[in-house]
Amino acid sequence: MPKRDDINSVLVIGSGPIVIGQACEFDYSGTQACRVLRAEGVRVILVNSNPATIMTDPDFADATYIEPITPEILETIIAKERPDAILPTLGGQTALNAAIQLHERGILEKYEVELIGASFDAIQKGEDRQIFKQLVQDLGGGVARSHIAHTVDEAVAFAEDLGYPLVVRPSFTMGGLGSGFAYTEEELRRIVGDGLHHSPTTEVLLEESILGWKEYELEMMRDTADNTVVVCSIENVDPVGVHTGDSITVAPALTLTDREYQKLRDLSIDIIRAVGVDTGGCNIQFAINPADGRIIVIEMNPRVSRSSALASKATGFPIAKIAAKLALGYRLDEIPNDITGVTPASFEPTLDYVVVKVPRFAFEKFPAADPRLTTTMKSVGEAMAIGRNYASALQKALRSLEKRGSSFHWGAETRSLEELLLVAAVPTDGRIVTVQQALRKGATIEQVFESTKIDPWFIDQIVLINEIAAEIAAAERLDTDILRTAKDHGFSDAQIGELRGFGEADVRKVRHILGVRPVFKTVDTCAGEFPALTPYHYSSYDQETEVVPSDRRKVVILGSGPNRIGQGVEFDYSCVHASFALSEAGYETIMINCNPETVSTDYDTSDRLYFEPLTLEDVLEVIHAESQSGELVGVVVQLGGQTALGLAKGLEAAGIPILGTSPAAIDLAEERGLFSGILDQAGLLAPRNGVATDFAGAVVVAEEIGYPVLVRPSYVLGGRGMEIIYDSASLADYFTRMAGQGIIGPSHPLLVDRFLDDAIEIDVDAIFDGTELYIGGVMEHIEEAGIHSGDSSCTLPPVTLGRAEIDRVREATLGIARGIGVRGLLNVQFAIGAGVLYVLEANPRASRTVPFVAKALGITLAKAASLIMVGKTIAELKAEGKLPLIDGSRVPMESPVAVKEAVLPFNRFRTPAGLVVDSVLGPEMRSTGEVMGIDRDFPRAFAKSQLAAYGGIPLSGTVFVSVSDRDKRAIILPMLRMQQLGYEIAATEGTAEVLQRNGIRARIVTKFSEKSGADDVSIVELIRREEVQIVINTPGGRTARADGYEIRAAAVAGDLPLFTTIAELSAAVASIDAIRGGFEVTSLQEYATTRTNAL
Amino acid sequence: MSNAATLDHPDTSRPNTRTTDPAVLVLEDGRRFVGRAYGSRGRTLGEIVFATGMTGYQETLTDPSYAGQIVLMTAPHIGNTGANDEDMESRRIWVSGFVVREPARIASNFRSTRPLDDDLQDGGVVGISGIDTRAITRHIRSAGAMRSGIFSGDAFGLSDGEQLELVRSGQAMRGRNLSDEVSTVEPFSVPAKGERIGSVAVLDLGVKTSTLNHLAERGFEVLVLPQSVTAEHVLSLDPSAVFFSNGPGDPAASDAHVTLLQEVLRAGVPYFGICFGNQLLGRALGFRTYKLPFGHRGINQPVLDKTTGRVEITSQNHGFAVDMPIEGISDSRTGFGRVEVSHYSLNDQVVEGIRCLDIPAFSVQYHPESAAGPHDAEYLFDRFRDVVVAHIAAAGAGDAK
Repeated sequence: MPKRDDINSVLVIGSGPIVIGQACEFDYSGTQACRVLRAEGVRVILVNSNPATIMTDPDFADATYIEPITPEILETIIAKERPDAILPTLGGQTALNAAIQLHERGILEKYEVELIGASFDAIQKGEDRQIFKQLVQDLGGGVARSHIAHTVDEAVAFAEDLGYPLVVRPSFTMGGLGSGFAYTEEELRRIVGDGLHHSPTTEVLLEESILGWKEYELEMMRDTADNTVVVCSIENVDPVGVHTGDSITVAPALTLTDREYQKLRDLSIDIIRAVGVDTGGCNIQFAINPADGRIIVIEMNPRVSRSSALASKATGFPIAKIAAKLALGYRLDEIPNDITGVTPASFEPTLDYVVVKVPRFAFEKFPAADPRLTTTMKSVGEAMAIGRNYASALQKALRSLEKRGSSFHWGAETRSLEELLLVAAVPTDGRIVTVQQALRKGATIEQVFESTKIDPWFIDQIVLINEIAAEIAAAERLDTDILRTAKDHGFSDAQIGELRGFGEADVRKVRHILGVRPVFKTVDTCAGEFPALTPYHYSSYDQETEVVPSDRRKVVILGSGPNRIGQGVEFDYSCVHASFALSEAGYETIMINCNPETVSTDYDTSDRLYFEPLTLEDVLEVIHAESQSGELVGVVVQLGGQTALGLAKGLEAAGIPILGTSPAAIDLAEERGLFSGILDQAGLLAPRNGVATDFAGAVVVAEEIGYPVLVRPSYVLGGRGMEIIYDSASLADYFTRMAGQGIIGPSHPLLVDRFLDDAIEIDVDAIFDGTELYIGGVMEHIEEAGIHSGDSSCTLPPVTLGRAEIDRVREATLGIARGIGVRGLLNVQFAIGAGVLYVLEANPRASRTVPFVAKALGITLAKAASLIMVGKTIAELKAEGKLPLIDGSRVPMESPVAVKEAVLPFNRFRTPAGLVVDSVLGPEMRSTGEVMGIDRDFPRAFAKSQLAAYGGIPLSGTVFVSVSDRDKRAIILPMLRMQQLGYEIAATEGTAEVLQRNGIRARIVTKFSEKSGADDVSIVELIRREEVQIVINTPGGRTARADGYEIRAAAVAGDLPLFTTIAELSAAVASIDAIRGGFEVTSLQEYATTRTNAL
Repeated sequence: MSNAATLDHPDTSRPNTRTTDPAVLVLEDGRRFVGRAYGSRGRTLGEIVFATGMTGYQETLTDPSYAGQIVLMTAPHIGNTGANDEDMESRRIWVSGFVVREPARIASNFRSTRPLDDDLQDGGVVGISGIDTRAITRHIRSAGAMRSGIFSGDAFGLSDGEQLELVRSGQAMRGRNLSDEVSTVEPFSVPAKGERIGSVAVLDLGVKTSTLNHLAERGFEVLVLPQSVTAEHVLSLDPSAVFFSNGPGDPAASDAHVTLLQEVLRAGVPYFGICFGNQLLGRALGFRTYKLPFGHRGINQPVLDKTTGRVEITSQNHGFAVDMPIEGISDSRTGFGRVEVSHYSLNDQVVEGIRCLDIPAFSVQYHPESAAGPHDAEYLFDRFRDVVVAHIAAAGAGDAK
């Protein structure tokens, strides 16, 4: 059936903020969907609360709503826009859940809106575990065997059938309470006993364990004519027991015979048909017993997923794009394959290369968290690499992680073989390197298999890598043969240097003299059977290169690599914008990146795409290949975060032109002494400060400038290692914790600043062309200084700054831009304390807030900056209409207010004892994503931001307050207001006393540590009993820390709104009235029209 | 059976070795690719073709249709799952040579009984590894399939000129009849599985085990005949149906088989043909066959079934095709009535299936038995059974009158 003619407008639901398990892959899928729908002439209405996304660019939809994804708000949008259909399958679980709620509340029916992509029925069948399990069994597919037991003896009897180990899951308990693995009868008796006790129905589910089985995933697509294709098979290198998102995965599957593969394929087709996904994609996960090939279906997602993004990048088959077309009624054979141009999308991609994905974790941000990998996803990002064999793809992927110790190494290994095998038995971040070390120490493939259950074929590949390392080390000299062998197996120049005892640069020099350089192959969906039209390349040390010469002026844009805390989708946004702007300006844009989740690695985004690690070596080789024809204008390094910026010096040293701010100027901003000079010259103040390279030095500096001090390693992003230190003991502790991470040292000094208590923090994003400064936005933090800008909420325009203060900020920014010699973007952080303006830091690069500024004020800084880098002036950009005439420091009164709120991942992590990790905010960034609320005034915008971030503040119930002494004064007004609004108030003794004296009734609740007996109900128990709805807890002195932790942990575990700063609480209280009135929605396009009319 | 016991480590006792002795692949246009020797050492000649399947190398190697061809696998890692007896599609390996990028060092699969290397060595298959297989694929794609040779061991030492001379002296695939090389010498039969519905005479032009199994599973008693049998002999067996298998070679060089098929069709016996059997039906109906530039060899080939409008992902291995208009109804030029193209390739509109409208005969160019490949087209064996059952019923009804 061709395209339906009854769908003229579609509401696309995005996935909201970036959280662990749901990252920018849904920006990629949503952006593709919006593009497709618009190209088909459909009016696109988009809702997503995440301003950092590319999909929320007003250019990608007809009506873009940056609004919370709640049923109420969605209904308001539906009532206003009256779409014909809703597409909920491209916005992750968030969109799917929203669609289910809309269906269940009768909203779809009321407004006669159809779900396209997947019906409600199909969503139910795919998502409900019981229904799905039954469906698989009815199809004759295997599922994990299970029994329900009501007594311990019954359980022991069932265990005979299931075998040990087995999984015990008590029925109807929250968050996996009481579940676990039983390896022996004794353990079984204990766990089942506990489980029966916890279960309100006194029953436990016993399930056979499939730990250690091989895990596979098939990405499927199906159309209305029942044409079904497998887009990609993915094999997990880490066996069952590690979440797919946390596992090293490889595409295509490498250890299946055709018979086994076709069994999976047949079963997948039966399942997708039975579930009824008929206009889109889904993925199905399988486990296979390596001993006998028994297949178990684990689960399916009736929607586009993280794996779909990976499969799209791995094969060149754009799943989301095709899914959007299928949703409009097209059949697969009616859709062309973009890459070949001549063949249809109704085929199955075949690969002549290997793709490896590796996860990136952020455990260093949560030192208390249990580092063991389980079936709960914990990684915050991923890198993908493509190679002509597994060894090269794996090694490229590992170095793409840009993380110390993530690559294989052949240095000293002090651990014994036994120890290494023991460590490798527990899946953790970096297990693959432990495996490599164990093999180096002489472990056999069998031993490693016993320890890890990783398929022997994959283990042997690491043996091979170790063998080649030995050959490299033993070679008489580095000749062509050994270099080619090394390179063919993915060894970097740095690794070869390490093995030969000299530097990376020297290896490169030798290699280039010998002419050993990579060629670039093409991802073409068809293993070379048909010519490819899309220049989507990866490197290999093969014979023939496929880079087509061009005579155009080229700009290389360096992406930001794998997502991590502090460097995520915001930077991809800037890179993609640069690509669009430069392409429009007539340049040939060349993107280099290794993050499969992103829009930047969509082959549609830039003129040429190189899927390569962002290391100096890999980037230099791409540039070399592209320099064989046309004119290389330069490389954009200031948009890809610290990853790209970190390459600037090396590229410049290799004679590559850097666009925009020069590496020397970048140094001026990063190097403390030089930067002080610039501030002096501009007449600006910084908090008293100094630098130190070791503990002794740091103590001297701290004592001289006075505690508290803010310590901050240089050249890091996301406030890595940034802390507020109150005394020398804590400073010593800090150095102990940072030791051995290579963060602080003679070449990377520690910056020590006087910490400004109670100051207002301000973030400025601006561009500078050498003469004129253009402010994108002046953002006022809601929390006081001391909380990382990435974790704090902020408002644009500022709501408590006067015009004179904004003018001072503008002047100061200009002085810094001039002093550094910025050409392009600049982000400056200021603090105003006691009326004095301090400069905290300046970064001559794109910041996380660039997309927020674009969405809030309609100023697209990244596009403007990229044009400035190639020689445009701000005056020209204004004249061409690429920048509004009035900059972001002058926001008219009638403009809306936008509030950015951070989203934190605390509920994902548990300590080894099973407790949640502490959730106090600090100078080190820990949020994974952000949302934006936009409305006509601050309270409304703030309320929306809270609604989008965590569901919003409950409008009634009990508020629990426990604050530090320094906050007791500030708590009075907000609590008075909350009492007036009808909330019950409970407080710990000290806080309650202050409240009572100020006329606020507060019930006294015992602190956890002061609990006197079983009858004495502590706050932690109240939270567990759901008798408290809101928690306010500000961290106090050392002694109160433990209690504070207990309170916060209970709040996080209970998913309650938790305020750890008074500033945020006050804003929340002020917004309660706004929430009670319900919300209006306004699209970015409507705001833009108002803005234009106002001019 | 406890789970701990099911996770016993597989056999990985074979030593890890990377061969380092050289080999060279020489194409008839003079291109040379030096890599490492793989499989047997020596020299081999054949038409070089590429196969794009990512699974099923053992089925590919043992598919008789590849006789006379040096097969290049575009998937880089070959041999990972070793070899076993179940996945043999015939009694031996047929390819004349094997080109891969990365041969496996160990085999890892619960069904594996030996490394693939053993089969290659035992079969005397000369191979080459470690070369830019994608560059060669792209070259064949634009220049077409061509004669080639692999030289290793002593033959590696021959001069470039001598090697090229040998390659150019090899036989081209066009005009080549290879049926005799691959066909069974003695007839044999496979009993029907389940209820017997009749018998099918299979002309073995290079038949695969999976095809015989599929026919037997549909209730056919399968009578496999050498390719040299006469029509009289076939008809004397009084089969319920006749089936022509896949096989190597140029259909234009198989006049005897065409004549045989025409006699079968004239006798009104239901016919089903696969691959070579499709080309022979085309010829029997009076259409021409031609050589494709580089053929279709893979397990991801989209084919449209014109009757249902549905797309099948098919397993294919053919270098020749039938020249017939894909739209509308044609007349058989040899007097078999109306004929239409039932299936065609969505990639390049090549004829992938033929159906006679006035006689009970049809065929497909691809491989419904798959092995290796997707099972989308297995329904064709059911269709064949239904045609035969209906034919038997009609004949029975006729007798009754």
